[in-house]
Amino acid sequence: MTIGKHAALAGFAAGLALAASAAGAQTYDPGATDTSIKIGNINPYSGPASAYGQIGKTIGAYFDKVNKEGGVNGRTIEFISYDDGYSPPKAVEQARKLVESDEVLLIFQSLGTPSNTAIQKYMNAKKVPQLFVATGATKWGDPENFPWTMGWQPNYQSEGRIYAQYILENHPDAKVAVLYQNDDYGKDVLEGLKDGLGDKGGMIIAEAPYETSDPTVDSQIINLKSSGADLFVNIATPKFAAQAIKKVAELDWHPVQIVNNVSQSVGSVLKPAGLDNSTGVLSTAYTKDPTDPQWADDAAYKEWEAFMDEYYPDGDKTSSFTVYGYTVAQTLMKVLEQAGDELTRENIMRQAANLKDVELGMLLPGIVINTSETDFFPIEQMQMMKFNGERWEMFGDVIDGAVGS
Amino acid sequence: MDRSVASETPAKAAPPDRAETSNADLGIPAAWNRAALVLGLLIAVALPFVVKNFMIFQLTTVMIYAIAILGLNLLTGFNGQFSLGHSTFVAIGAYTTAILMEFAGVPFYWTVPAAGMVCFAFGFLFGFPALRLESIYLALATFALAVATPQILKSTPLAPWTGGVQGMVILKPEAPFGLPLNADQWMYFVTLGIGLALAVAAVNLINSRSGRAMKAIRDNPIAARAMGINISLYKTTAFGVSALYAGIAGSLSAVVVQFVAPDSFTFVLAIGLFVGLVIGGVGSIPGAIFGGLFLVFVPNIAEEVSKGLAGAVYGVILILVIYLMPSGAAGLVRLAALKVAAWRR
Repeated sequence: MTIGKHAALAGFAAGLALAASAAGAQTYDPGATDTSIKIGNINPYSGPASAYGQIGKTIGAYFDKVNKEGGVNGRTIEFISYDDGYSPPKAVEQARKLVESDEVLLIFQSLGTPSNTAIQKYMNAKKVPQLFVATGATKWGDPENFPWTMGWQPNYQSEGRIYAQYILENHPDAKVAVLYQNDDYGKDVLEGLKDGLGDKGGMIIAEAPYETSDPTVDSQIINLKSSGADLFVNIATPKFAAQAIKKVAELDWHPVQIVNNVSQSVGSVLKPAGLDNSTGVLSTAYTKDPTDPQWADDAAYKEWEAFMDEYYPDGDKTSSFTVYGYTVAQTLMKVLEQAGDELTRENIMRQAANLKDVELGMLLPGIVINTSETDFFPIEQMQMMKFNGERWEMFGDVIDGAVGS
Repeated sequence: MDRSVASETPAKAAPPDRAETSNADLGIPAAWNRAALVLGLLIAVALPFVVKNFMIFQLTTVMIYAIAILGLNLLTGFNGQFSLGHSTFVAIGAYTTAILMEFAGVPFYWTVPAAGMVCFAFGFLFGFPALRLESIYLALATFALAVATPQILKSTPLAPWTGGVQGMVILKPEAPFGLPLNADQWMYFVTLGIGLALAVAAVNLINSRSGRAMKAIRDNPIAARAMGINISLYKTTAFGVSALYAGIAGSLSAVVVQFVAPDSFTFVLAIGLFVGLVIGGVGSIPGAIFGGLFLVFVPNIAEEVSKGLAGAVYGVILILVIYLMPSGAAGLVRLAALKVAAWRR
């Protein structure tokens, strides 16, 4: 009798627990079902920035791979990617279409600072995740005001801090000259550099801004040289970065040169500037360069190559964009795996803010993704590298440039 | 939905134009025009209560494009001056509204006429150098204006007011007086009201003495001068009025999108407005709605057909439309209505 009663109670309790776990486990917001997850994306497939469209295509190809291999927690990914032509009003239209008409669970990797600024308020008002946006501006890591928006790549201020750390350690007596683009991006990197130098900010003895409408930066470089600086930080987009490197060589000026991450392309910056002139230039990276022979036998590189061959054969295997798309898609997979069966928008943000030491194949060894409720900057580490006349060579340790550290 | 808006257009096809005046006696019965106008208005008023908010937003965008195209039409269709630079006036209108709201705290509704006036002044002044340029040269000069606009907006001296590359985020007004409308529906009706007022103004302008003078300049400037028409005055004023329409469109778009940035006003927008003008029908006032519909929906359709070849699909649709409707969408509707009317006789 007592035993029977106990057994009945135990059975009842077990039943309750099962029911509770079943009910608690499967909660869905629009866009998620037992069999699928709808993910929205906005990319510039047309227009002036259409080169970035490769990122969206790579992500789509990666989700094809995920689906073919059984999906995430048994659900297939339905990836809906729209073109905004890099136009902010079109981005608003497409974001509203994704949220209100397609009813996606979240918008992932919307690209470009103007487009993301245009939709940020809307996304936060609607409480739909605007996850891992494809821009380096520092303003995406503001959980207090915009808890539904999160960046992904190292932000510009982190990058500036990393240069500052390098300078303090290796050239503590340097006189620094800075060329920067006079907009959000340029000022962001410069601010990071100054913050990183801290009370040694006086090391910067000359600053020269340029406008994207300037034909050349020659006069800025002449001014910087005449300041007597011996370390030159080149915060410029590809065309201007190349002009600057070339002009430095023409003026027979031989400072230590640092060129920022956006202008490290060998083909579009260092070659036009002259490979001889570029030899010895320093920069930073956080992903593996697919053209670097040191990764030829790397398991993760081979995995990426196999993915490209099978799922995106038209893709450019020398481009950093395809590596970027592949890696950021893996990051989202990680978030979805962690979210399990609780596919609510709130839980997606909770899991995105709960990534701990995530390592991904195409990130440089030692670089890990970390987020928390107060840290909406997934990648904040980079490694220094030096151009040897042919290709970039990594050196030194991974440097942490966390904002606020 | 597309059809519903289409149905309203033969009604507004009233303004006499070359093709129509000659057909006036065996034209479309006036009762049809009136019926279609009433029906079109009813549908326009009912739509926002039927479709999703997102669709309301798209339809509002259609009307905003239509207002800008209408302005371009006054210039190109009725005065014979080309412009590939109307994105500039849209930008000036948008920034006027954004700056007034942001720095002066002016309520949105007052910024609309302000944007119109500022653009009228800019357009009128731009009309003077334009006087010296004929047809394609004017098109090139205005195109240069369109290309320069985003860079000027980004430039440092203006950045404190324009927000530079970052642009400016602005707030959408809620419906006043406790009307049971959400913000999207309210902006739809605001845009509809302003659009209708501007359309009526355009019809009246075209049918006035000034409108006839504008058309005379288009058709034969020498004869117009011989009749004592002050060509410079009319041409510059036409430019100003056209810019006023574009500016009001810009002002509305700033609030509907809730964001202005230089990248919103590239030459792609200028070309888009020109495409809308030709698709809708040069010299047709209701055609502007077709132009707006085309600009908003055809790129989406093209993308749905093929993501990789969206641009090519768009091109094919564009060529087909021009081939099938040489006088624009409005011309096609008018022709169809005329055919039916003749057949009933």
